Amino acid sequence: MENQSIITIENLVKRFPMGKDSFTALKNINLKFGTGEFTGLIGPSGSGKTTLLNILGSLDVPTEGKAYVLGKSIGSLTTKEAAHLRKESLGFIFQSYNLLQVHTVFENVEFPLLLLKYAKSVRHKMVMDALEWVGLTEKVHSKPPQLSGGECQRVAIARAMVKKPSLVLADEPTANLDAANSHHILKTMETLNRELNTTFIFATHDEKVISYLRRKIYLLDGRVDKDEIIRINQNERS
Amino acid sequence: MILFLIKGLWRDRSRSLMPVLVVAIGVMLTVWMHAYITGFMGDTIEMNAKFSNGHVKVMSKAYAENMDLLPIDLALTDVSKLQATLKMNNPDMEWAARIQFGGLIDVPDEKGETRSQGPSIGFGIDLLSPGSKEAERMNITNSIVRGKLPAQAGEVLLSEHFARKLEAEIGEAVTLISTDMNGSMIMYNFIVSGTVSFGVEIMDRGSVIADIEDVRMALNMHDAAGEILGFFGEGFYENGRAMQMADAFNAANTQSEDEFSPVMKSLSQQGSMGQYVMMAEVWSLYISLIFVFAMSLVLWNAGLLGGLRRYGEIGIRLAMGEEKGHVYRSMIYESVFIGIAGSIVGTALGLFLAWLIQTYGIDISGMMEGASMMMPTVIRARITPVDFYIGFIPGLISTVIGTMLSGIGIYKRQTARLFKELEA
Repeated sequence: MENQSIITIENLVKRFPMGKDSFTALKNINLKFGTGEFTGLIGPSGSGKTTLLNILGSLDVPTEGKAYVLGKSIGSLTTKEAAHLRKESLGFIFQSYNLLQVHTVFENVEFPLLLLKYAKSVRHKMVMDALEWVGLTEKVHSKPPQLSGGECQRVAIARAMVKKPSLVLADEPTANLDAANSHHILKTMETLNRELNTTFIFATHDEKVISYLRRKIYLLDGRVDKDEIIRINQNERS
Repeated sequence: MILFLIKGLWRDRSRSLMPVLVVAIGVMLTVWMHAYITGFMGDTIEMNAKFSNGHVKVMSKAYAENMDLLPIDLALTDVSKLQATLKMNNPDMEWAARIQFGGLIDVPDEKGETRSQGPSIGFGIDLLSPGSKEAERMNITNSIVRGKLPAQAGEVLLSEHFARKLEAEIGEAVTLISTDMNGSMIMYNFIVSGTVSFGVEIMDRGSVIADIEDVRMALNMHDAAGEILGFFGEGFYENGRAMQMADAFNAANTQSEDEFSPVMKSLSQQGSMGQYVMMAEVWSLYISLIFVFAMSLVLWNAGLLGGLRRYGEIGIRLAMGEEKGHVYRSMIYESVFIGIAGSIVGTALGLFLAWLIQTYGIDISGMMEGASMMMPTVIRARITPVDFYIGFIPGLISTVIGTMLSGIGIYKRQTARLFKELEA
């Protein structure tokens, strides 16, 4: 399933100015991510995982080195081109869901498709498909305040997946959920990864998430400490 | 997308209803305040115009130079002809001849001896001609305390205060002792038909009001009048128009070598009224500007807060790939909608409040007792064309500018911090 590379990182360095000096958040990172990966950037706070996720999501640029995402060099994109890349090809899942509170579940999931200017009938089908993937077709007219935390995160997953992006970036997606909901969410993402061949990259230090990963990239002080590929027997997982 | 934004705006009352209410209240206060100030300042001017100055006044050149002395010996002659000419040249104006005079009012006892006596200021106005608006203009009918308006020649009204001081009763005879147009002493008898109280000290102290033909008879002023007052048909004083009219009239009629040639003066060219008119215009402008500025700050701030409050929502939209320009424009469109809706509602409410005060007024007669200045006892607002758009300055422009300024933050926002910000 995991084949051609969709992300290539070469000698990536990221520094943030701190007064007259600078703080180096990422040091000489070299990585490749293939299509359909289910990978985690694992490390303690300050290890550089969110910084790397920002760069992969075209929300930030490298200070040195190159980062190619879907063939585009992140450092050379204009603001408009970066927004276009996010709109067309990337999905985001946040720790605190970040749903639009006054809009229904349907409208929240529909929003990325509105930006892509899909026709109404196409949007409707795609949204309903996405809600079916996450098991929320009964809640199309509900609004986020009427949902549980687990349901909100499932809506966020549907929103990230509705346009069938090539890459989904998830920052601590289970941090606000209990164990049962965390497993449910992770299973959903795992299924979508398998069925749609979407690449998932997580930034996490949650053991529940780590147990689902097929590739674990450990970051420590801005460097890749360990990069291990795991083969999991799906039947072993409850 | 537009429908999506409208739905969000409609459902999020703190994004739509609250800002519209804030804008509407601000605009309503601005409109009402402007109409109120215009009305209050204008009422004082109108009161002086109706009682004394007219919007314009035609006098003889010599009379105009000694106007404070009420010099009836310098009065205009051939007034009916001059009045007809004025009417012909200015058909949209109303013209009224008046005589102001000084004298003594003597109240005799049953033997014809003086029972009481007092100095008075007299007004000879057209009370008896059919269709005359003078009684209405000076609000005499509503100011009658006892008795009635003069209904026939030889009847006179005394101010209530003056009548009580003289102990003159309704139906009693009083004698005017004065000098006529030629400087000869005259005595002329009137019957007191009623008493009036205008609620203005200067008018209530010792006024005598009689029909102008009686006064002409008493003062030997056949077809003469001290002054001819002109009033704009719309009922409100317009300084520029009055000055222009006076200049045109004087250029055509006033002769430098003839001190009895007619001269026209606008209200602002009479006594200290010019300063008051200027003060009214300047203060009205200042107060309105200060209020508009204050409301602009409030609504600007509301626009800013509205933008800042949506920081999270905007962050999500940017992360999803919406372009910064698109987010910025959508915020401005929303603020334009809120500004227009709030301004329309606020202007309507402000005009309604102003209309109520324009129609019914606020009675402050209790506060005006003893006032020596001629001021209205009922404050009324005055709706002018400006009131229909002045509220849009704070309502629309400030709201949009506030949003535009807060929206600049979208461009300054570092997308690199979105994850951190959205986790907060």
